Amino acid sequence: MELMPTIWFVLIAVLWLGYLFLEGFDLGVGMLLKGFAKDERERRLLLNTIGPVWDGNEVWLITAGGATFAAFPMWYASLFSALYLPLTLALLALIFRAVAIEYRGKGYSDRWRSGWTWCLSAGSLVAAFCVGAMLALTTTGMPLNANGDNTGGPFAWLSLPAIVGGLGVVGFCLLHGLLYLSLKTDGPVRERARRTAALGAPFLLLPIVVWVIWVQLLNAKLLGWVLIVLAAACAVAMWVLIRRGAEKPAFIAQALFLVLGVASIFSNVYPNVMPSTLDPAFSLTVANASSSTYTLTVMLVVAAIFVPIVLVYQIWVYRIFASRLRVEHIPPAHQVPVAIRSHHQ
Amino acid sequence: MDLDPVLIGRWQFGITTVYHFWMVPLTLGLGLLVAILQTMYHRTGNEMWLRATKFWGKLYLINFIMGVATGIVQEFQFGMAWSEYSRFVGDVFGAPLAMEALIAFFLESVFLGLWIFGWGRLSRKLHLGVLWAAVIGSWLSAYFIIVANSWMQHPVGVELIDGRPVMTDVFAVMTNSTALAAYTHTLAGATAVGGAFLLGIAWYHLWRRRKDGIDTVGPDGRVVVGSAPEVPGRDETDYSVWWRSLRIGGWTAVIAFVLVAITGDIQAKLMYEQQPMKMASAEASCHDGTEFSVLTIGDLSSNSCDDVVPVIEIPGILSFLANGDFSTEVPGVSTLIPEYEEAYGTHMPSDDMYGDYSGQEIDYQPSMFITYWGFRLMIGFGVLAAAAGALALWVTRKGTVPSSTFLTHLALWGITAPFIANSAGWIFTEMGRQPFVVAPNPDPSGIDGVFLYTAAAISPSVTPGELLFSLVSLTLVYGVLMVFELGLIIKYVRGGVVSAMPEIDTTNYKPVVDRSDDDVLSFAY
Repeated sequence: MELMPTIWFVLIAVLWLGYLFLEGFDLGVGMLLKGFAKDERERRLLLNTIGPVWDGNEVWLITAGGATFAAFPMWYASLFSALYLPLTLALLALIFRAVAIEYRGKGYSDRWRSGWTWCLSAGSLVAAFCVGAMLALTTTGMPLNANGDNTGGPFAWLSLPAIVGGLGVVGFCLLHGLLYLSLKTDGPVRERARRTAALGAPFLLLPIVVWVIWVQLLNAKLLGWVLIVLAAACAVAMWVLIRRGAEKPAFIAQALFLVLGVASIFSNVYPNVMPSTLDPAFSLTVANASSSTYTLTVMLVVAAIFVPIVLVYQIWVYRIFASRLRVEHIPPAHQVPVAIRSHHQ
Repeated sequence: MDLDPVLIGRWQFGITTVYHFWMVPLTLGLGLLVAILQTMYHRTGNEMWLRATKFWGKLYLINFIMGVATGIVQEFQFGMAWSEYSRFVGDVFGAPLAMEALIAFFLESVFLGLWIFGWGRLSRKLHLGVLWAAVIGSWLSAYFIIVANSWMQHPVGVELIDGRPVMTDVFAVMTNSTALAAYTHTLAGATAVGGAFLLGIAWYHLWRRRKDGIDTVGPDGRVVVGSAPEVPGRDETDYSVWWRSLRIGGWTAVIAFVLVAITGDIQAKLMYEQQPMKMASAEASCHDGTEFSVLTIGDLSSNSCDDVVPVIEIPGILSFLANGDFSTEVPGVSTLIPEYEEAYGTHMPSDDMYGDYSGQEIDYQPSMFITYWGFRLMIGFGVLAAAAGALALWVTRKGTVPSSTFLTHLALWGITAPFIANSAGWIFTEMGRQPFVVAPNPDPSGIDGVFLYTAAAISPSVTPGELLFSLVSLTLVYGVLMVFELGLIIKYVRGGVVSAMPEIDTTNYKPVVDRSDDDVLSFAY
């Protein structure tokens, strides 16, 4: 076992976990803006539950990408180039979504607002799906040649595992968003979020569970089974808890489900980081895809210092915005004057 | 159709990066100025500074988000379109990128979110500290990405092992002379953008106040500040907001230019040592000499020395740019090409990784047209922006702007000058590195074999069709979003301070929420 690459494999898993846990709910809330929110007041309520924090959440994705580049350049190069089209879509979706969050409230016409609502909802959906497809394919494999290049053409990614993984992350984000809203809001939205989560949980988690079991069957590690059983227990606990209206415990159970599910996937795949479906000899592994020990050590020192610091201030910010929001807490929109003009010329 | 993936990939990288770098300098420069404005408010408690902070802060945020949105593309497209590049440089290049995310982006994004929603929720001191944290995050992110870029210009701190550079000295990478010069130069350039932005927009509002008859000019030429009680926010404090902003913007533009010139000079001397071909190409100089070309005519785009004729040259100046004296013979393209051919070969290796370029003759000369004009546009617009700043400070010394509509248009269009200078500088330095994506380090202690041709960097598995799809879709989306960003900026600029501070708009804005409830947001999307 190569120690440094293995540590970094775990760290990359942690970064993806951080991303799915944090941006999971803001992608979910983004999707729920269309359909779940009933009127403009509710849409603004939803948007403002993630307003102060979504951008910090998204940095987990950037960090996961950057850290993969630094620690496993071969993995980064193969995965990102093999999924060229879905990642292009993910980027476009993330661009629209980010701009929509900031710009939506800066105009007043119905057209302006509903246009950006669409961007935000569809952007969140597409981004979640494409990230899920990417994560699924790095666990089930792509037709990589000896150089690590995809040989299956531009649409090789469009496969059952990608769809299952994509739906898995979409479903997870929706449920996660509902649970987050049940924790972060008060009034009718809270009630509705709780009821919808209690009703929809089994369906929303189904695809991600299929993906976890798929990876388990491909690799069949004992540890994987143990983690899956524990993850399943958490999922059931979450369902029971949200049905009973225990919002916070349900959210924690959901978080544990995510941790154990991701742990099961990554431990099953290890030591592969991206299997080749052409020839196991071409598979990218923690050993053959990683950077030098020197680089990994330098980056480990950086991560050991800064990951805890980031966690401390990010948690601090969440605590500042911990209180539940009601529609009454949202100030009315202010119309920007067309132009300042004096009348006494 | 036979499309060259390298060419499409380069167009995409060029378009997305130049576009991204329209938002970034404004984020860096304006962020610093907004933090200074809020610091002034914190120290003096004067409402003028609060209004200035809120107004410029609003424009800062409208622009910031576009920088964030287009920045994600940057992080991903190395692996997507340039997988061979990523494999080659990953051991050393990925580290500053990961550090950028972990150290800088988190700081920037988490604290900016807190700043936006933190008005009235945090203590004034803490709220100010939060903005500074976000601005420091932005400035740090620029450092890390320039460290990464500078390694492509001047690779240091690595050894070649199994044909790939492997990092052996992270401190050498982080203190690369190229990076330190480029960082300070870029940041000074970004500050100039912030200055011109304040100057142009503040000028517009002072002019507007004069045109509307609010402010007048007394017999001694000094301003007589008035107010228009019937227009929300058009009071005497409003005058101070714009007057102060204008002066700060003007001084910022001038001071930033001095720093740009000093750091640019350091950079030119490094370029002479590290990338002599870039300098020769920027001068369109075929032969060794000391003359700086003021104007060269002929067909620069033919990339052949024989087709260009220097018309106006100043002897000694090129030597000064390159080496600090007036007599050094700076090598021209004709001298350098044989040197490059001897050091790095005349033909691309016959290898699949070079694609269509395998076995082809190598043209070591970057595009003369782009480098020559890029260099001159950078300097020209930089000087223009600084001169405009100085002129504006002089013209407005008696307290307001002239009533001239023409000058107002000039002040507003002047905002584009430092943007053009920034873009031109980056296009020059990136295109001037060609045909290398990682330029060789010619220093005797440099590392043999650590260089990479752009032709060998593209993703082998990505088809021209995929590249074309992303090129077209990103360009279209960027174009549309530019319209939205500019539209919003213009709308908020026209609206004046009230657009960012509804509470002073007492005639139109009646908050119906219960302010005694602590959970009411002071700002909401």
